[in-house]
Amino acid sequence: MTSVTVVEQIMSANDSLAAQNRALLEASGVLGVNMMASPGAGKTSVILRTIEAVASSLRLGVVEGDTAAVTIDADKVISAGMPAVQINTGGQCHLDAVMLGNALPQLSLSDIDLLIVENVGNLICPASFTLGTHFNVVIASVPEGDDKPYKYPNIYRGIDALILNKTDLLPYIDFDIDYFKRGIEILNPDFHFFPMSCKTGEGIPEWANWLKERAAAYQNR
Amino acid sequence: MHELPITENILEIAVRHGQQANAVRVKDLYLVIGQLSSIVDDSIQFYWDIISKNTICEGAQLHFERIAAQLLCLDCGQTYGFEHELIACPHCDGSRVKVIAGEEFQLQSIEIET
Repeated sequence: MTSVTVVEQIMSANDSLAAQNRALLEASGVLGVNMMASPGAGKTSVILRTIEAVASSLRLGVVEGDTAAVTIDADKVISAGMPAVQINTGGQCHLDAVMLGNALPQLSLSDIDLLIVENVGNLICPASFTLGTHFNVVIASVPEGDDKPYKYPNIYRGIDALILNKTDLLPYIDFDIDYFKRGIEILNPDFHFFPMSCKTGEGIPEWANWLKERAAAYQNR
Repeated sequence: MHELPITENILEIAVRHGQQANAVRVKDLYLVIGQLSSIVDDSIQFYWDIISKNTICEGAQLHFERIAAQLLCLDCGQTYGFEHELIACPHCDGSRVKVIAGEEFQLQSIEIET
């Protein structure tokens, strides 16, 4: 028996493809955001609201990750007038760098300022796979409960912004915002927090402004 | 279920390093997995037994070394760990922390027959 030292990161293949995706986005001047959430948190609603709020100042593109060939989400985005590509993960619980790499050539990247990647609804698996996007946003929602950051710390790690959707339900649900925020702060002291209701429109202007600032800073990099 | 693509990565790395070392068989794999990597050992073992068939890794034993998460409190400078749920610093209740261990996820070494 011989021992062979390996010391290789198990995710290195995905990570190097993610680096290629990043390079492709940067060569085209596209800022990429990876949006993650559990199913039903309101990812597509947030994206549709975001389109309304920023489409006058940013050219958007959307990549929709879905576990099945159901185009409900992509159809909604396309009918909002945005270029969208659907990735059918074939049952996989997350997007990975290969899937995004296959989707990018289907978009006219030089006509896009901000690419929104809607990951598969899941709080565990997407955290393990980098995509090559520039920053991560998690959409949480009030009915999920305020303890999720403590139970699923991985998905909240390394996020730049957190949207807490469905704040219109706060009067009806025991949800301690301070406790919730604290759980995210532990691993992301500088994260941006956007309480939001896609139903009432609360919080959308603040989120849209932050996105526009991010995009402007990226264009002037 | 993200353990399947992850197990495929492990197999690819082990086969490649085994072949480079002229192995006829890979007998053992030593994996280092931090507590913060959301990986279930049993799932990896399950997929491993299936996908390693008809490769030089068939029948190889997987050994998991788990590394506990260690967080450094940026407020009081002390380190701490946690069991199941993430917690604020138990020494000063600070919530500005840095992960110093627990994110490991690598194939450390393999035992081969040549």
